[in-house]
Amino acid sequence: MFVRLSAAIAALSLLGGAALAQGAKPTDPQIAHIAYTAGVIDVAAGKQAITKASNKDVKAFAEGMVRDHEAVNKQALDLVKKLKVTPEDNDTSKTLSKQAADKLAELGKLKGADYDKAYIANEIAYHKAVNGALETLLIPSASNAELKSLLQTGLKLFQGHQQHAEHVAAGLK
Amino acid sequence: MLPRRTFLIVTALLSGAIAVPAHAATIQIVMDNLVVSPAQVTARVGDTIEWINKDIFAHTATARNGDFDVAMPPKKTVTSVLKKAGTVEYYCRFHPNMKAVLTISP
Ligand SMILES: [Cu+2]
Repeated sequence: MFVRLSAAIAALSLLGGAALAQGAKPTDPQIAHIAYTAGVIDVAAGKQAITKASNKDVKAFAEGMVRDHEAVNKQALDLVKKLKVTPEDNDTSKTLSKQAADKLAELGKLKGADYDKAYIANEIAYHKAVNGALETLLIPSASNAELKSLLQTGLKLFQGHQQHAEHVAAGLK
Repeated sequence: MLPRRTFLIVTALLSGAIAVPAHAATIQIVMDNLVVSPAQVTARVGDTIEWINKDIFAHTATARNGDFDVAMPPKKTVTSVLKKAGTVEYYCRFHPNMKAVLTISP
């Protein structure tokens, strides 16, 4: 599990690094797609946790993830519509989705307290990785001011979720 | 007639004085883009806090010492009356990076 976890984080930072190294900043349509995908991934993980988690704090956390990420993604869709930007699929989004699908399958095999711990540990790592990508790549690369501002709200949201996940994890020990 | 009227006025004044202390105030605290403002507020016991949530997210104002726990649905305003004096640190349970302090005097 830890191998997988660090692989996922490495991939995220690698993607960021690779894009920066090429000097090819992601475009606004790509950034919108990546940010939206990051939200979709956490909603899917949360929905799985709502059905599988046994600890009530873990379940409440998962409900919060679904609620917040659905809300922010709805706002993102409204914004791209308003800006007439069509989110554009890209390698970062594809890699993120692929890794998330693998992780979901892996977590799906676990049960009880093992599942709860693994889900929360992955949520901490995932939010940390997305925070890093937002701070170092996505926010600095965004050119539209409204998109940038939505990403900044997204960063505060992800940071809040990371701290919430850390509190829940501390309670599981 | 006159004594009874005087009695009524005195009763009204007394009950008025008890129900609405002269200094009771309503104070607004706003949650906007995952930031609590003002981050520091001074108030008195009996004051009403108007918690204004401008976000599309649910928040809470949860006292670390357990004195209060206010739930704020998205885009809603809720009110609560301060019952106990003290310097109370509070945060949002869903987004613990949202933190602020309420200083409540007796
Ligand atoms: Cu909150």
